[in-house]
Amino acid sequence: MKHYDVIVVGAGPAGLGAAIEAGRQGAKVLLLDENDRPGGQLFKQIHKFFGSREHYAGTRGFAIGRQLLQEAEEAGVEIHLGRRVWGIFPDGSVTAANDTESVRYQGSYLILATGASENALAFPGCTLPGVMTAGAAQTFANVHHVLPGQNIVMVGSGNVGLIVTYQLLQAGANVKAILEAAPKLSGYAVHAGKVRRAGVPVLLSHTVTRAMGDGSLEAVEIAQVDEHFAPIPGTEQVIPCDTLCLAVGLTPRVELADVSGCDLVWSGPLGGKLPRHNRHMESSRSNILVAGDLAGIEEASTALDEGRLAGTRAAYRLGLLDVGTYEGRRAEIQGRLDRLRQGPFGEKRRRAKEEVWKA
Amino acid sequence: MHRIQQHPILSVEERPVVHITVDGTPIEAREGDTIAAALMANGIRTFRHTARYHEPRGLFCGIGQCTDCVMEVDGKPNVKTCITRVREGMTVRTQEGNGGSAS
Repeated sequence: MKHYDVIVVGAGPAGLGAAIEAGRQGAKVLLLDENDRPGGQLFKQIHKFFGSREHYAGTRGFAIGRQLLQEAEEAGVEIHLGRRVWGIFPDGSVTAANDTESVRYQGSYLILATGASENALAFPGCTLPGVMTAGAAQTFANVHHVLPGQNIVMVGSGNVGLIVTYQLLQAGANVKAILEAAPKLSGYAVHAGKVRRAGVPVLLSHTVTRAMGDGSLEAVEIAQVDEHFAPIPGTEQVIPCDTLCLAVGLTPRVELADVSGCDLVWSGPLGGKLPRHNRHMESSRSNILVAGDLAGIEEASTALDEGRLAGTRAAYRLGLLDVGTYEGRRAEIQGRLDRLRQGPFGEKRRRAKEEVWKA
Repeated sequence: MHRIQQHPILSVEERPVVHITVDGTPIEAREGDTIAAALMANGIRTFRHTARYHEPRGLFCGIGQCTDCVMEVDGKPNVKTCITRVREGMTVRTQEGNGGSAS
């Protein structure tokens, strides 16, 4: 069995950030991912990120992904792809399988960066082919270069709903409407402005009530909702479309953390159940750290810096950094995270994160 | 449900054609396509039927998490088509129920 100082599960922004930092400090790092290509969801992000220069502001997601892969290589990180981690054992060993074999690895520290799943929405007809998550449509358009449909309705006006709408327009689709159950937009004004300028109507206090079609989606029925989000009878409208995209939030993928015995806590603003962790990204299991969407749904830039925190912490605990250097480095990364958690959207996440640290 | 030819940001490169069959019908895929992408590009949206009610299912999460898009590939049932790439001569079948002899 091969031994590593740090095993990182998940090669998205958080996992890459963790692997890069630990590797740079001299740790022997293995990065595992179930996909056959690294980068998590970064390579489908074709928009420019904002924030400051240190957060790659003005750089498109896929370019950030390429840069991180190069940094990981320079940091000496070993990357094994197409490996799904299915077991974490008390002795620190990890088992990962592809279609034909399972391999066991030994690690001193384990960093879980398993990301998130998109939420589904239940309504009559929601299983019809043509009803899919917004992320699926985004993956098809931006990664596979295949349009998932021609006439699309989007559910949800959060950043995912707004960004994916704009990217589907860029790919040549027609987005007929964005439905938002709340009485106001939930994403950033800058993204909302783009879709509005492109002429996509945003229907506030509206939701989908039914998906219809013979074999696959042909139309959706929508309705206005009252202040309790209940559809108001008589307000139904039918919109012909071949694709309905659901952008109704994300949930941390906690399965591995859960089976490995990490305590879970609940945080509504951070997406639901997530592993309890402290400001050093340490879970309740002494040798397991967590980072990114698994530790609370935020953004790619926060995931990356949380990963960097976790990787730096693991390096410190391996004795590769003295306490002064560690604290300096930690304060620098934490400062960047604090700046990302400003403003009306960020503030809510910052407070929720502090609640988790205290839990 | 077609291939994107032009894009304001992405460079869309022409890739070599790969031939696969879907329920016996030959279709053209492109090198590097996932099975699901090749099917969607050819207008195929139903990937399987459920065991009890024979309801159609297709792409849902697109990243290998949900298993809604599984099909029989080269005789093997329950293959996640959204993360499995095409190979020349691949045989893909709409999955009925649990697939294979178990259906």
